[in-house]
Amino acid sequence: MATQLSNLAELEAESIHIFREVAAEFERPVLLFSGGKDSAVMLRLAEKAFWPARIPFSLMHVDTGHNFDEVLDYRDRRVSELGVTLVVASVQESIDAGRVVEETGPRASRNRLQTTTLLDAITSNRFDAVFGGGRRDEEKARAKERVFSFRDEFGQWDPKNQRPELWNLYNGRHKQGEHIRIFPLSNWTELDIWQYVADDKVELPSIYYAHQREVFERDGMLIAVNPFVTIADDEVVETRTVRFRTVGDASCTGAVESGATTVEEVILEVAAARITERGATRADDRISEAGMEDRKREGYF
Amino acid sequence: MEMLRFATAGSVDDGKSTLIGRLLLETKQIFEDQLEAVERTSQDRGFDYTNLALLTDGLRSEREQGITIDVAYRYFATPRRKFIIADTPGHTQYTRNMVTGASTADLALVLIDARKGVLEQSRRHSVIASLLRVNHLVLCVNKMDLVDFDEERFEEICAEFSEFAGKLDIDDLTFIPVSALNGDNIVTHSPNTPWYEGSTLLHHLEHVYTGSDRNFIDARFPVQYVIRPMSHDYHDYRGYAGEVASGTFRPGDEVLVLPSGFTSRIAGIDMYEESLSEAFPPMSVSIRLEDEIDISRGDMICRPNNLPTTTQDVDAMVCWFNERPLQEGNIYSIKHTSRSVRAKVSTLNYRLNVNTLHREEGQSKLEMNEIGRISLRTTAPLFVDEYRRNRTTGSLIIIDEATSETVGAAMVLGTAATP
Repeated sequence: MATQLSNLAELEAESIHIFREVAAEFERPVLLFSGGKDSAVMLRLAEKAFWPARIPFSLMHVDTGHNFDEVLDYRDRRVSELGVTLVVASVQESIDAGRVVEETGPRASRNRLQTTTLLDAITSNRFDAVFGGGRRDEEKARAKERVFSFRDEFGQWDPKNQRPELWNLYNGRHKQGEHIRIFPLSNWTELDIWQYVADDKVELPSIYYAHQREVFERDGMLIAVNPFVTIADDEVVETRTVRFRTVGDASCTGAVESGATTVEEVILEVAAARITERGATRADDRISEAGMEDRKREGYF
Repeated sequence: MEMLRFATAGSVDDGKSTLIGRLLLETKQIFEDQLEAVERTSQDRGFDYTNLALLTDGLRSEREQGITIDVAYRYFATPRRKFIIADTPGHTQYTRNMVTGASTADLALVLIDARKGVLEQSRRHSVIASLLRVNHLVLCVNKMDLVDFDEERFEEICAEFSEFAGKLDIDDLTFIPVSALNGDNIVTHSPNTPWYEGSTLLHHLEHVYTGSDRNFIDARFPVQYVIRPMSHDYHDYRGYAGEVASGTFRPGDEVLVLPSGFTSRIAGIDMYEESLSEAFPPMSVSIRLEDEIDISRGDMICRPNNLPTTTQDVDAMVCWFNERPLQEGNIYSIKHTSRSVRAKVSTLNYRLNVNTLHREEGQSKLEMNEIGRISLRTTAPLFVDEYRRNRTTGSLIIIDEATSETVGAAMVLGTAATP
């Protein structure tokens, strides 16, 4: 009799437990789905948690309008395979409605604007539990995040006043207008995600694997040429073999040079990586030492 | 690859953050950008050496005050195991954080400063680890470099601590002389301690046997969610979803469901598209029964010849987390497995002095970070086991109905005499 689960099986069991707990205790949960690898794994776990029934909640994509086509295709395909409802919360619409003001200049990003769009969508849809793909290994403010993380009526996170979280007993109590962010992947690392993608044959958008792309270098990162970035005169565009380690807003997500075309090759690369995935490829996280903490306090993912 | 969850306790002065920083660095979990950021900050602040503690302090206020406020989770892996560290602050006012970190830990790592010896704080950490039934305790005697790697000093501390630990419920106690700052006995054997023949810290963490820590005897399956697809293909499917709390379940097993007392047999155990031949903790599965009986969330599937105690009077040790104290007569919301009930604190028996283990009777309330023994009267029966036998069916959290905060955590001792 085998009585010890493997690392991945134990993580999977923990995440499934979290999904079921939320489905049982909340009225209107929603799963944030960006099409990135973490949300792909999250969706896969949700599928397993309720099999053979359908996933009992909808998905939401906070759409900056700056997307990779491959990611949108992938999103729409998964949604139709699973027969779930997709809510698209559009940052462009928030801008058009005057809820937020677009940044200007060559380095303009819609990263921070997403928070308003996200919170507006949570309010208007009356979502009371919001699944996010955040992992504690990603960043140091996230390392202190609870699995069930309380957000007040303004969507704010108060890191110094979090509910103690013990055993696998989660406290999801809240008043109307408040909500709980749920992080089923809290204890997964980047490598765990990739190993699960390999073991479970989780399909990902093609941009996660090596391909030829026109890029230019900015602040040590390779940014893909696309309609959403302004290329400065001294920035040189060239075609390189790259892949993405994270998928975010196309204007601020960098690629890394890579020849990894299969998941096994990606795992070898991740295992040997010397720079964190956010440090390497996310201009939005380089703002300051406390960049993530500040955005999370405001209600960011 | 297996997973080991461990909790660390200690204050900045003990070098706890430095020790964790060292483990992460030596197992190559620290990335270049993280190390550069820490080196830069250390230089900016005028430190003589790279302060590895900066790697683990996450929140702005923690960096400003130079202390760790909250539980932080860290991850690293070796080819043998994946590790999850619950990194908790050590000061008295943060007892609740240590309790939180210890609740899911297989092992607790306590640091002692070799110059200072066994302090009140080290004793408190060991008491908490023992209360939370963390079966393995590792005592790292740190800053050995500052006592010239003196074997006698190390032995003296071990003897003093062993005497105290004898009063506690700890199965496995290990002592390791280390210097977190310099890396002695962390990953490789130190040439400075030729007299030490035990394992290095990492080797111990990689090899400590935890396979028998879980309860594989008492079959307990708290029903979390009922899966009813109501689809064409699975018209009559009805699966009871949950995480196996303890024991093993196999198709064909005779089962009894609480609170109804109805019996049936397991028709199948599903994990997605796969049918399993057995399920054991902590697997999340879905159980189908042969008979159609009424089962809902909060019920528990067990074996007829091995049942938990069904009770409305619970005797428990509680750790209090909130500024508003626990008082006799107060009513709270309770979450126990997948069951939620209300409960009144019928008696506060005593407060436990976590430094001396003295039972202080005659208290009218329990303040934040204090631990005590209470009796609870619940509005509906709970299906409990003693916490030391079963961490899942023996634990519960206490929620304030007015503020929705988690205000306490309790470990079941048994059934209380009805007052």
